[in-house]
Amino acid sequence: MIRLTRAIDFSASLRYGRAELSEAQNRALFGRAASQHGHNYRLEVTLRGEPDPVTGMVVDLKDLKALLEREIAGRFDHRDLNRDTPYFEKSPPTPENFARVIFELLRAALGELLHGVRLRQDEDLWVDVVAEPARL
Amino acid sequence: MIELTRRYRFPAAHVLRSPALSDAENQLAYGKCANPAGHGHDYGLEVTVGGRLDERSGALIPLERLDALVRELVVDRLSHRLLNEDSWFAAAVPTAENITLAVWRALGPAVAAESRAHLVRVRLVETRRNSFECGEAS
Repeated sequence: MIRLTRAIDFSASLRYGRAELSEAQNRALFGRAASQHGHNYRLEVTLRGEPDPVTGMVVDLKDLKALLEREIAGRFDHRDLNRDTPYFEKSPPTPENFARVIFELLRAALGELLHGVRLRQDEDLWVDVVAEPARL
Repeated sequence: MIELTRRYRFPAAHVLRSPALSDAENQLAYGKCANPAGHGHDYGLEVTVGGRLDERSGALIPLERLDALVRELVVDRLSHRLLNEDSWFAAAVPTAENITLAVWRALGPAVAAESRAHLVRVRLVETRRNSFECGEAS
């Protein structure tokens, strides 16, 4: 089994908030993150599989690049996570929730090939979501 | 499985010398790190927590809480200090291995006591070339 990782960068704006709470309640719960702000995200996507006996590749990287452009950049790059996507109506776009949303989108597109994702919100903060059971 | 990792930094000094060893043996074991005058590093500390997401906050642990714990228990304690003078290292040489273990032992119970998350691992980056990890048996 081989694992390979491809990265993609994108930028988005967001704010933490729950629809059923008032502005003041959201601010008390989430602090400064309740105001609209933005991040330069880096997503590292790790696939797993056996190399094809003919091509020697687990996946064609240009296909993976196109898939990430479509599934990730197409949905999130230079968008507002709250206003432009349907994923954060019930729970705020924390890095944990965002990583989980991305993992589910990519699992739908890649199936068993997907090992996991690492979403970096900045240099000092990242979230890993790994398929279970984790396999080497 | 979901894990969140936060990176912290603290500069600190240490001297690697064991009182159980002679000068010559210390020199052999630790080389230039045995310099009695000391030397130092900009340590990076990567703290990883896991658990179940709190559906209300969408977080494993409130980041301010994690930051406060690491600041109180580790960064404020070790930053800009000679590690040999800290009680964590009264009976242990402050190698990166022992620093990593001390941080793991200090943070694990605190994270468990103050949140629903648990500490998965700590990684101490001593230099660009050397890093040290301690974590749950996996």
